[in-house]
Amino acid sequence: MRAKVYVTPKAGVLDPAGKATERGLHALGFGEVHDVRLGRYITMEVDGDPTDVTARLDDMCRQLLANGVIEDYLFEIGESGVE
Amino acid sequence: MNLSPVDEKTALEHGLTAEEYAGFCEAIGRTPNLVELGVVSVMWSEHCSYKSSRAVLRDLPKEGPRVVQGPGENAGAVSIGDGLAAVFKIESHNHPSYIEPYQGAATGVGGILRDVFTMGARPIANLNSLRFGSFDHPRTRYLVSGVVAGVGGYGNCVGVPTVGGEIYFDRGYNENILVNAFTLGIVRENRIFRAKASGIGNPVLYVGSKTGRDGIHGASLLASSEFDDETEEKRPTVQVGDPFTEKLLIEACLELMEKDAVVAIQDMGAAGLTSSSVEMADRGEVGIRIDLDLVPKREEKMTPYEILLSESQERMLIVARAGAEEEVREVFRKWDLDAVVIGEVTDDRRLRVFAGGVEVVDLPIAPLAHGAPVYERRWAPPTRQADMQRLSLTDVPVPGDYNVSLSRLLASPNIASRRWVFSQYDQYVGGNTVVRPGSDAAVVRVKGTEKALALSVDCNSRYCLLDPYVGAMTAVVEAARNVVCAGAEPIGVTDCLNFGNPEKPEVMWQFREAIKGIRDACNALSLPVVSGNVSFYNETEGRPIPPTPTIAVVGLIEDVRHHCVQWFENEGDLVVLLGRTREELGGSEYLAALHGIVRGTPPWMDLAVEKAVQAACLRAIREGIVASAHDLSEGGLAVALAESCISGPDEPLGAEIELEASIRPDAWLFGESQSRILMSVRSRHLARLREIAAEQDVHLTVLGTVRGSRLRIGRLIDVDVHDLRDTWASSLANLMAGDPRPEAV
Amino acid sequence: MKFGVVTFPGSLDDADTVYAVRDVVGIETIPLWHKDRDLHGVDCIVLPGGFSYGDYLRSGALARFAPVMSSVVDFAASGGLVIGLCNGFQILCEAGLLPGALVRNQSLTFVCGQARVKVERADTPFTGLCQRGAVLRLPIKHGEGCFVADESTLRRLEDNRQVVVRYVDEGGAATAGANPNGSLNNIAGIINEGGNVFGMMPHAEHACEELLGMKDGALFFRSIESWVGREVRR
Repeated sequence: MRAKVYVTPKAGVLDPAGKATERGLHALGFGEVHDVRLGRYITMEVDGDPTDVTARLDDMCRQLLANGVIEDYLFEIGESGVE
Repeated sequence: MNLSPVDEKTALEHGLTAEEYAGFCEAIGRTPNLVELGVVSVMWSEHCSYKSSRAVLRDLPKEGPRVVQGPGENAGAVSIGDGLAAVFKIESHNHPSYIEPYQGAATGVGGILRDVFTMGARPIANLNSLRFGSFDHPRTRYLVSGVVAGVGGYGNCVGVPTVGGEIYFDRGYNENILVNAFTLGIVRENRIFRAKASGIGNPVLYVGSKTGRDGIHGASLLASSEFDDETEEKRPTVQVGDPFTEKLLIEACLELMEKDAVVAIQDMGAAGLTSSSVEMADRGEVGIRIDLDLVPKREEKMTPYEILLSESQERMLIVARAGAEEEVREVFRKWDLDAVVIGEVTDDRRLRVFAGGVEVVDLPIAPLAHGAPVYERRWAPPTRQADMQRLSLTDVPVPGDYNVSLSRLLASPNIASRRWVFSQYDQYVGGNTVVRPGSDAAVVRVKGTEKALALSVDCNSRYCLLDPYVGAMTAVVEAARNVVCAGAEPIGVTDCLNFGNPEKPEVMWQFREAIKGIRDACNALSLPVVSGNVSFYNETEGRPIPPTPTIAVVGLIEDVRHHCVQWFENEGDLVVLLGRTREELGGSEYLAALHGIVRGTPPWMDLAVEKAVQAACLRAIREGIVASAHDLSEGGLAVALAESCISGPDEPLGAEIELEASIRPDAWLFGESQSRILMSVRSRHLARLREIAAEQDVHLTVLGTVRGSRLRIGRLIDVDVHDLRDTWASSLANLMAGDPRPEAV
Repeated sequence: MKFGVVTFPGSLDDADTVYAVRDVVGIETIPLWHKDRDLHGVDCIVLPGGFSYGDYLRSGALARFAPVMSSVVDFAASGGLVIGLCNGFQILCEAGLLPGALVRNQSLTFVCGQARVKVERADTPFTGLCQRGAVLRLPIKHGEGCFVADESTLRRLEDNRQVVVRYVDEGGAATAGANPNGSLNNIAGIINEGGNVFGMMPHAEHACEELLGMKDGALFFRSIESWVGREVRR
């Protein structure tokens, strides 16, 4: 299976990277942009039992991929090899 | 908006005692509403009110001919001549760093920087003092790498060099690490800015980042009625630092301070808008009126309670001269920052806060600022104190192979090279760093003068655990001795007092003893304490942390060319020891690391002897006859000798030490007797050095010669210095290896 | 001869560069402001170290859109001398004035210390006073200093002799141990094909004073001064 994990700053947590990027976009004339949030996008191949994969991925996110204190995560599971 | 009076239950949930709540109601003549309760609960918190420590802290010496600003302002200031002052302070950020090590440490650095540039001083150097649990604790590596990355991530990006500090590991900090951050700045003495509001009708401006729900005090808030129907996203959040904005804020504030627009300025630190406005109004004996609708906000639907208590970073409050608003805005616009008038100075000595046209707070300033009770907490020595001090050396076997003992000590995480840490910090930015991390003290020059400042931060908390009085005294004199070894005259102290729960009598006893120790040492060395911070409630595994009164000392070098380093410089130089070595092993790193014993009494401290040793060392360095000077501390004489051989930037040098031990060999090699300095000098300067030592009545011993590539100490030790260096240099990196490092945020 | 040092929001070594070049090395130097397109007649532009715009998205990614950068691009196109140090090097790569990119250090940590670099080219405007093959000591301090480029670009850089400085050990050998950040071919600094735009990660400006421990950095600024002086006489 191919898993896609998105890690983003939690709602309400200051995101200096998003703030600076938004300011850059405004400076370039993209005034329609607001609330830019910068995160990480992680993809991986996961073997094993498809019934367990959700729980396993959730564990991975909680233990390593996301910092629960300041980040939220979201993941999708798709067909192997498909981005 | 619920503005009805609160009840006692809600007050207790906010951390006030029933007596405190009753006292406050009486002081204001009515029952507060929830917003007002939030305001008083933070103002009367231990952190803001110093209610448990205030009575004890009165004992500390705060005066001196150089003192320009003592405790009570954002930071202390000491004159360094040429019309300039050194502004400095140390502050803790312990609990946030345990919860989120990267952001906790980063925002700690950001906060202390603001305290210093708020005074009008340009920050030129950072130090930090870090305490972690032992390496066998599962969270230690994660915390170390996160904190170090956070200190670096913020300091490096904001453009202030981190030039030194200390880092120790002890099981006593397993669940309560310490992150103490220090900043030094330079200001023209006649351009120091203070946080004293004045001028009725003067505008109050909010500058810097927008306000979010960062760091609003936790559980009590969530339990309070106003939040019953709120969802997850309303929870208070961890503070995140934005060093880029801080850099802009530094430049904008310093540029503005060159103009005649600022009356008073204060950082919005702990308790944010509340404490900054209350404290500024209190110092100026005026009132302040704020309209929360005008406060720049990052999130929607923030309540007055949240806006007032938010601890969002990189914000300042400025009282400007009436009519200068546009001047302020213009400077901040240049740096792409917000500057908004949110209120004005009033003559009613009240804090009045409006939101949506409704008055949500109307409280007298005085009881908020200093109405909190001053507690004389009960104290008593811990029951096991006397037992801890008992040590029978006859039960401690003498090592079979001293080479191995030395090697193991050099690999101890408390002695090994800190390069793994310091290489993650920008040590060069600012272009003033004369001595980088790795010597007894860092040295930064003062541009435009011949002068330099030497900086050191120190505390041996094992000594403080065994005897908090002697331990704290030792922390002061050792930090001072470090700057003396760099060739500087100690001129000021800032302290960060990290202790457990002050409501426990044994913690209060430790605190009182430590303050006495700091007092006596400072008095003996004529050192004023000009700023500081108290951090209580540091507990680990249900027990208080070892008492940790961290001491930072700033020293002045009149002529920067006469600075000194700890490593040997020349083949053939004589190796000389100032001070006497006693048979003292209590509390030593040797006993702890090699024998697993943490007992005994810390080394004896005679302040008169200490003063004489420091005077002799400083005199000799100023006369230009000293090639290297190194304070003896953890690991004693043998470790100091090894460090002088291997810690320099070039090829290591060996030494031949002829002298034989006159006491137990392990005490002679590894004991930590105080008031000792290891020097190397050209042989032609020995006679003059003897004269200087004799003038001060300081014991001087010629130990041997800098020579070759082996360290030989009598018949006890004979090792290649390259091997010693490899062991010492790689230990911390090896201990940290294999760690899943958290991503830098 | 006049240097101009650009200040972007978040630049850190800008004032240090002005101080080092003007007050220590003794060459006229003025600050330039990122919002200002006027280059005030300078002979050489320095893009300094630091964290322009916080460098949160990618190092140098936002700085290249600053108003001053359009003037810098025109200045370089007409043969003007541009030197980027650390963040300045990153900005030059992002702006397409130099090939390749600077990515996160192999160690994944910020690295601060002294590096040794070998001067591979002593016939550029930036290194004219150096001996070819000389090993210089310079400070480094960066989190994203690992130079990368695709294979053909890298080959072209080497074939055209565009690598000006390389990380080496004490003996002058470009070993893995001497490479502080994992840069391909130990590359510390490169020059463009026109020979007038130079970027390197080490901080020449922090190595101009004996008191601060290193002074090899002054060679770069003196070389530029000497080159410009010769150009004027020509």
